[in-house]
Amino acid sequence: MTDVTTKKKTGGFRDLRLIFGGSQSSARQFGILGALIVIIVYYQIVTGGKTLNPSNLINIVNGNSYVLILAIGMVMVIVAGHIDLSVGSVAAFVGIIVAQSMYVWHLPWPLAMILGLVVGALVGAWQGWWVAYVGVPAFIVTLAGMLFFRGANQFVGNSTSIPVPQEFKFIGGGYIPDFGPDFGFSNPTLILGALVAVAIVWQEFRARRIQRVMGAEVAPVWVLVVKLALLLGVVTLATILFASGRVGTSYPIAGIILGVLVLVYSYITNNTIIGRHIYAVGGNWRAAELSGVNIRRVNFFVMWNMSVIASLAGMMWIARSVASGPGDGVGWELDAIAAVFIGGAAVSGGIGTIVGSIVGGLVIAVLNNGLQLTSAGADVVQMVKGLVLLLAVGIDVYSKRQGRPSIIGLLTQRRKGPFDDTPAALQDAKTPTPAGGAQDTVRPQDLTPEG
Amino acid sequence: MESAAPTSPTILEMRSITKEFPGVKALENVNLTVRAGEIHSICGENGAGKSTLMKVLSGVYPYGTYDGQVIYQGSEVRFNNIKQSEHAGIVIIHQELALVPLLSITENIFMGNEPTKFGSIDWVEAKVRAKELLARVGLDEDPDTLIKNIGVGKQQLVEIAKALNKSVKLLILDEPTAALNESDSQHLLDLLRGLKGRGITSIMISHKLNEIEEISDSITILRDGKTIETLDVEHDGVDEDRIIRGMVGRALDNRFPERNPHIGEVFFEVKNWNVRHPLIAERKVVKNSSFVVRRGEVVGFAGLMGAGRTELAMSIFGRAYGIYESGTIYKDGKEVRLRTVQDAIDHGLAYVSEDRKALGLNLLDDIKRSTVAAKLRKISNRFGTVDKAQEYTISDKYRTSLRIKTPSVDEGVNKLSGGNQQKVVLAKWMFTDPDLLILDEPTRGIDVGAKTEIYGIIRDLAASGKGVILISSELPELLGVSDRIYTIFEGQITNDLPVSEADPETLMRSMTSAPTHTSNKKAAIR
Repeated sequence: MTDVTTKKKTGGFRDLRLIFGGSQSSARQFGILGALIVIIVYYQIVTGGKTLNPSNLINIVNGNSYVLILAIGMVMVIVAGHIDLSVGSVAAFVGIIVAQSMYVWHLPWPLAMILGLVVGALVGAWQGWWVAYVGVPAFIVTLAGMLFFRGANQFVGNSTSIPVPQEFKFIGGGYIPDFGPDFGFSNPTLILGALVAVAIVWQEFRARRIQRVMGAEVAPVWVLVVKLALLLGVVTLATILFASGRVGTSYPIAGIILGVLVLVYSYITNNTIIGRHIYAVGGNWRAAELSGVNIRRVNFFVMWNMSVIASLAGMMWIARSVASGPGDGVGWELDAIAAVFIGGAAVSGGIGTIVGSIVGGLVIAVLNNGLQLTSAGADVVQMVKGLVLLLAVGIDVYSKRQGRPSIIGLLTQRRKGPFDDTPAALQDAKTPTPAGGAQDTVRPQDLTPEG
Repeated sequence: MESAAPTSPTILEMRSITKEFPGVKALENVNLTVRAGEIHSICGENGAGKSTLMKVLSGVYPYGTYDGQVIYQGSEVRFNNIKQSEHAGIVIIHQELALVPLLSITENIFMGNEPTKFGSIDWVEAKVRAKELLARVGLDEDPDTLIKNIGVGKQQLVEIAKALNKSVKLLILDEPTAALNESDSQHLLDLLRGLKGRGITSIMISHKLNEIEEISDSITILRDGKTIETLDVEHDGVDEDRIIRGMVGRALDNRFPERNPHIGEVFFEVKNWNVRHPLIAERKVVKNSSFVVRRGEVVGFAGLMGAGRTELAMSIFGRAYGIYESGTIYKDGKEVRLRTVQDAIDHGLAYVSEDRKALGLNLLDDIKRSTVAAKLRKISNRFGTVDKAQEYTISDKYRTSLRIKTPSVDEGVNKLSGGNQQKVVLAKWMFTDPDLLILDEPTRGIDVGAKTEIYGIIRDLAASGKGVILISSELPELLGVSDRIYTIFEGQITNDLPVSEADPETLMRSMTSAPTHTSNKKAAIR
């Protein structure tokens, strides 16, 4: 063994990539994050500063939290190799039950919320059972669920809207009440921003300490400084913007719920056994099965979890619109799925991240918002959304077929070394199967030189 | 049996065919001469290059991806795809049948070749011709029957009918009788003789030496991608022993680590194990198999492809294959029931699959995560949180000790070569700290250097007191690494030999024929 195997070269573009985490999948998120920034800057200019205006930002968060929350559940479903078409209908079904329970049965709102989550869990168990234990494809199970729960919403609500009490409104359109001295900013938002900043710094230093303990590669100090400066800059800007909104507003509660869920689910997918198993099943379920993974349990979990999240999204929606109606949640599943795929998930499963999906969802949200600010109609918004989805996945598929991670990945590619990617010359030949066709389906990324 | 006269013209000549895959020479200067109107068999161990040679001939590997010349009916041919070779009258029938189960016999026979009338398919014509073709292959079935509703033997005949429809001159059959029972096989061989009478030349690849001996006019033997010899059955007085000698007769070299076994007592025992096929319930894949493994012992399992070695191993590994019928497993003297893979892992079993890419690894994952994948609990707390620092240090330790060639364990496993991928799979199972490792073709598709390293790892594992089961198609490998060898034929254990008593010829004999009464008893007693 030579020295190259123990040391990685660093410098230049490669270190730049380290700012965003370094691995291949982060490079793809990096690409979509770049697209998001470009879109924000574009609309900021075109609308003459209306995009990054405090009340518009609060609007974007309030108006999209429910879809972003759905994307969290959806990315896990898609990584495991399934799909869930029923989330919009499930959200509407739970919404009408929660509204009914408060308006007709006069349940206090905390109990009504618990009821909503329980109903969501039951719906999820039902769909998860069909997918995981009976073996019906999730597409069919959730298509059936989409029809059934849409009907169930109308059955429960008699196809009419049911209002919800004002005190329930906070989870969908509420703000943290202001306190303390008046600086012209929302104090709770400032405190929240400060907490996030401290958490980011703490997390960065903790990660470096762990890397050093493991004896792994630690990025140079300048990378740390640049990264922290960038992140803290964004946090500060966002804090000031959100804090300087109309009196009585702050960073929305819906946004806080979203943030907490992102943290919790990122932790689950990255650091826990069940998270690992989701990726294992999606990447190669047969190998996962032979490694002792209980595939049925994993499939059940992702489907169940999706419905629980959908029930939360449904409640946030009725809270924001102060009523539950028969048309709630129509098309949500498609928005969530689009967010996940724009965020870099693979159609065949196994690849995808929570953060990527959120960024993907934000791309749609900001585009949507920008188009509305420039007074484009709903027709144009739909058309643009469709094209963005096709383009994002198309670029991804194309660059994968070319054996490159992505356009951004190309820019940040490591310089040629002894262990670099398969030379292009070897890529058109299949791996030999001396015993005769045991491995007849070889995907492009599977090609490896022997020896 | 009448044989084509030696003077009959040559229909096919393949001259110094060389086909390379990255890192592996699958064929090296192979020559094959086939006379018109004969039945020519190609023999060789698994991986000798038989199927690759036929893929070159039929254009699966297009002209330009191999070196050498193919002379067919007197002129050089350069096929770019199967369509072109079929047009020239060369039809290959693959081991895995290429029929669509949910379509009818007629639809399958004429697939891609449909008779048309005014641009639409002429089904009347198709059915009439299908009936004729079925009659020619001696199959009495309604042409509207769906393929899934007829047995494998009849499906094979449909394949041949399909070939006849393409006015075949040279028919290539890859293991045609592998999945057939005795009477179906006999029928197929009779049919081949009948076709020969009508002037159709056949090339047959088969592992069943008795059939080869019975039907062939000539036999070409391949070994390690090279032509060893071509035998004329009538003149050379060929029998099974003669073929076996050609197939295995190679000197064992010193690529195997020194053996210094400390074999302890029996700690793992399987008794009267019976397993049925997962889809075809009446088919028994493992029949009444019993075997034992001792501590520190490397036990080889020899058998040809389809003999049931993998099925036996996987069915023991938490019933990961087939439908369990009966049989018991004892570990350390106590009966254990391994109903799931998790049970098997918990009881100290590990199974390294023969198909690394399809069953062994998640190719989307990186090395460190792959290494710990089979026992995440070992490095996680009671809330199920994985300790990433441990994950890194442990996988890095395996990287060093197994000499996995990679800059870092953060790399994706898809970037590794076959040999290094296999080492990651080995690391993954060594991490579960097993008592018994089942290695199914652990050196398939990897180069000689990495093979030697893997043999070293196997010996080290045995030296540390673990039991190892080594399933392999390569007899030299089995003889070089194992302490004791079982042979399997058609789902049954046919022999049990200490390596000192085993030689390639004895093994090959037990691998290609049903057990004699005595050896059967011997296996059952142990």
